[in-house]
Amino acid sequence: MATDLETVDAARPPSLRSRLTALLGRQPLGLLFAGPYMVFLAALFAYPLGLAVWISFHRYFFAAPGAQVDRPFVGLTNYQTVLSDPAVRKSFLNVGEFLVINVPLTVVLALVLATALNSVVHLRSFLRTSYYIPYVTASVALVAVWLFLFSQDGMVNHLLGPAAPKPSWLVNSGLAMPVIALFVTWKQLGFFILLYLAALQGVSKELYEAASIDGAGRVRSFLSITVPGVRPVTTLVLILATITGANLFTEPYLLTNGGGPDGASTSPVFVMYQRGIEQGNPDVAAAIGVILVVVVLLISLIYRRVLERD
Amino acid sequence: MAVIETRTPPVVDPDPGPPAGRRKPRTWPGLVVLLLGALVFLFPFYYMVVGSLQAKPDTSLAGAFPTGGLTLNNYGEINSRVNLAKSLVNSGIFTGGVILATVVFGVLAGYALARLQFRGRGTLFASMLLVQIVPFQLLIIPIYVMIVRSYGLADTYLGMILPFAINSTAVFIFRQFFLQLPEELFSAARLDGAGEFRVLWSVALPLVRPALLTAVLLTFIGPWNEFLWPFLVTKQTGMQPLAVTLANYISNIAGRASNPFGAILAGAVVLAAPAVALFAVFQKHFIASDLGSGLKG
Repeated sequence: MATDLETVDAARPPSLRSRLTALLGRQPLGLLFAGPYMVFLAALFAYPLGLAVWISFHRYFFAAPGAQVDRPFVGLTNYQTVLSDPAVRKSFLNVGEFLVINVPLTVVLALVLATALNSVVHLRSFLRTSYYIPYVTASVALVAVWLFLFSQDGMVNHLLGPAAPKPSWLVNSGLAMPVIALFVTWKQLGFFILLYLAALQGVSKELYEAASIDGAGRVRSFLSITVPGVRPVTTLVLILATITGANLFTEPYLLTNGGGPDGASTSPVFVMYQRGIEQGNPDVAAAIGVILVVVVLLISLIYRRVLERD
Repeated sequence: MAVIETRTPPVVDPDPGPPAGRRKPRTWPGLVVLLLGALVFLFPFYYMVVGSLQAKPDTSLAGAFPTGGLTLNNYGEINSRVNLAKSLVNSGIFTGGVILATVVFGVLAGYALARLQFRGRGTLFASMLLVQIVPFQLLIIPIYVMIVRSYGLADTYLGMILPFAINSTAVFIFRQFFLQLPEELFSAARLDGAGEFRVLWSVALPLVRPALLTAVLLTFIGPWNEFLWPFLVTKQTGMQPLAVTLANYISNIAGRASNPFGAILAGAVVLAAPAVALFAVFQKHFIASDLGSGLKG
């Protein structure tokens, strides 16, 4: 996109102006406009990211502001501490259980509901809003209702009568994590429906018409046109749902009263909070964080390999 | 991570409507399923309100459809246990600060990313996308070290706001909207001698007003609903936003109240109501094409 201005500039001998242009770009004012955001990203994203890795390789403890303290390099010691800690391993297994329930449920429900939403004529706005209202509401407020619904004497157990699980949902070590997984699926589903709705606008209508002429039914069209048509978004949904799962904190903290019963619903972030802030070992907590991110990255790569192999 | 691509500018038409198929598809089975699903999705909200109005918790099925005996006592109860007004003010300042910083600096950054050629633009754009997939929770330990320990910003609004100050998704939305304006508009204004700031303020900004509302809504739900960060950064109850106040009430104090669930649910209604109301009123501005535009693979 060569403008007249550039042509003129190129003809002249290099002036101060053109050297500045080479250094800062044609519109250096952009640096000023984007400056605050750049500083923000550098100070509150890039620097902490590096600091997290740095802390995880040092013996780090909290000190008063300004105090000079020795923080020796300890290599992989923190990682050894973390990996040999049964509570940490339990928390990773818990999140694994969470993901196995939450991720497939999220993908299937979001795509099916988005497809249905895309085809209805009436009540579209009402329905769409109904589905994303949990997404825009605070977890703390929603956890309050779920506590009420799933408590020992709650409505869910009343409905189930003798079929109610014993011990009750949130204090049952086999059920606490599945309830959390269901909660998060319900809370986040609306957002993923919105993503799929956007993706569905890009699937050619002619394909459906051609399929319908060829005698394909609804299910057939869904499986052979919709599902492959939105596959890139499915990868995105998988990755985002996994990140959400890896970030789990509020639900184990409040819904199951601190990862209970007996650590059956702890999450890595919850253990990070316990080890790092409560017990004052930020180095160990930082190592958990680094491992968590590496695991999430690996899972994301696997998704991409599996879904985009053709 | 090449999952996020940006070629497609946002669709201007807010709601593309049902597909204008030549054949009339039968839509009622889908509609029935969707209505049942919506019922399941909305029931907890209804139950939240009903539970907050019950004098005594009635967890039977009939209790969900009370015919009388409703009371506002639970709201008085939670208000006497925690400082509801102060918590709401704290939530408001936290959220307002984030929205203000996001709108001011986010619009400037989005404009620069879309319309100005400067060194580092590509890197900035890539960083903006990267931020959206790195979990914030990874950063809580170093950010806690920085803000609480190094800068001594515990129990301050600034400490609460800083990590959320500029919402990257909002920057992205601004960029997409500025990007789809025609270039002639800008070159004409510049030829008339308008400075870049004036072009942004008088030409571009009025045209992207819908993006502004979408971005504000999207930014709102972050700090208003956030629990972990304000929970870590505030120890004084007088500084805690409502989500933290309510969570502390649930985990510490609730057992002592006469109707603990009633009081908790009353607090939950107060916390949920602003978000639900905003999104019910402005639902047209929070839709797939606005958000999904940047996320199409």
